[in-house]
Amino acid sequence: MQDLGIQVLFQGSNFTRLLQGLFVSLRISLIAMIFSICLGILFGVIMTSKHPVVRAVCRFYLEVVRIMPQLVLLFLVYFGVAKHFGINLSGEVAGIIVFTFWGTAEMGDLVRSALIAIPVHQYESGYALGMTKQQVFVHIVIPQTIRRLLPSAVNLLTRMIKTTSLVVLIGVVEVVKVGKQIIDANRYTTPSSAIWVYGMIFLLYFMICFPFSKIAGILERRLKD
Amino acid sequence: MVEHILEVEHLVKSYDKKHIVLNDISFSLKKGEVVVFVGPSGCGKSTFLRCLNKLEPIDSGEIRLNGEIIARGEETKNKKVHEIRQKIGMVFQSYELFPNMTILENITLSPVIVQKRQKQEVQKEAEALLRRVGLLEKKDAYPRQLSGGQKQRVAIVRSLIMNPDILLLDEITAALDPEMVREVLQVVLELAKDGMTMAIVTHEMEFAKAVADRVLFLDKGKIVEEDTPKQFFESPKTERAKQFLNTFHYETVDDIEEKE
Repeated sequence: MQDLGIQVLFQGSNFTRLLQGLFVSLRISLIAMIFSICLGILFGVIMTSKHPVVRAVCRFYLEVVRIMPQLVLLFLVYFGVAKHFGINLSGEVAGIIVFTFWGTAEMGDLVRSALIAIPVHQYESGYALGMTKQQVFVHIVIPQTIRRLLPSAVNLLTRMIKTTSLVVLIGVVEVVKVGKQIIDANRYTTPSSAIWVYGMIFLLYFMICFPFSKIAGILERRLKD
Repeated sequence: MVEHILEVEHLVKSYDKKHIVLNDISFSLKKGEVVVFVGPSGCGKSTFLRCLNKLEPIDSGEIRLNGEIIARGEETKNKKVHEIRQKIGMVFQSYELFPNMTILENITLSPVIVQKRQKQEVQKEAEALLRRVGLLEKKDAYPRQLSGGQKQRVAIVRSLIMNPDILLLDEITAALDPEMVREVLQVVLELAKDGMTMAIVTHEMEFAKAVADRVLFLDKGKIVEEDTPKQFFESPKTERAKQFLNTFHYETVDDIEEKE
């Protein structure tokens, strides 16, 4: 029967399986994001260095990450490491490594631009009040940087959640993969299930990402005034 | 003998070792004295103030605070620079309050973290100072909610609470709307009356006349003329100063027609 496509979603443990898949996607992106934030802050501070060699290396890293498709990076890490180092990474770990590699570069660039956006005079008025370099950094620069950084960091997180769907291709069973399995299993009984399953996946992504981008929007507005 | 709080001897300052901004400046400031620097833009007066609290390194010469050498041409790094700056307050043209903190937090931050004073005591003093400049009701506001003139008064309070020996004011009214200028300068006049030692860079000639004990006219990185305000504004000695002061006069249309 044609109109039973939606029932596929609730047959057996299908829905819980989808949620479990979603959880895998979230787990990969959140862990990668936490690493990206920590390493990215460090990388961002390094990027503000005036040393030409340091700058060139940072620039190179950032460009490589931006130019290279994430999928290629995933294959490189997942298959490359196994072949050349004999280490068998699970797909999930490979995913986390790649997304951290990517996130660190993007986060670093965000941190860099937030840092240089703080006017020289803010530093100087701190110094003029007798603060040491360290005190100026801790009490004046960092709080202002975080305020500027929050919205774009949240945006990066939503981008990361969406991009995790690529890990299907190195065999991780996340939400899109689970969906595919459900569709395949019901191909003959309910051929119309695809639209419902993918529709559901769309909804799930939306439910996760929408609040995040909403928060980013609110933060951005609060920051302006 | 009169005690000099600040002495500057043969200060030379250049950018990139080529472009000389300040050329052999010697100057001293007595306790309680108010000195106003005037001069055409680019004459180095702001740079001079920045040298005084070590925001700019100097090429040669010497700066002494209470007899102690605080800056010297040859020195490279001075670890105590933040201690020196506590004694020399500075207010900037663009106020530079910290946007993420309330007015009260802006004022109390430095006494608490730099001078390690008790937060409560500092807050009390901050409130007293705010009341004095008429801004007590703004203490929990954020800088963005204040007008330029109000921000600048807060910036002055923020420097004052550190109990500096000297206050440097760098064109503090240059970014303000004309009707805001007065409220800020009024505060400075009162400070002068209370005996605060100040070095002021300004383009407000009327204000300079009112507040200064001494006027220094700078041009091309040199002190060209040094006089009491009365002398300087009424009968400047050098031709350069006369020209400069004339730029603040406008001939009426009738005058121009008469000449023709």
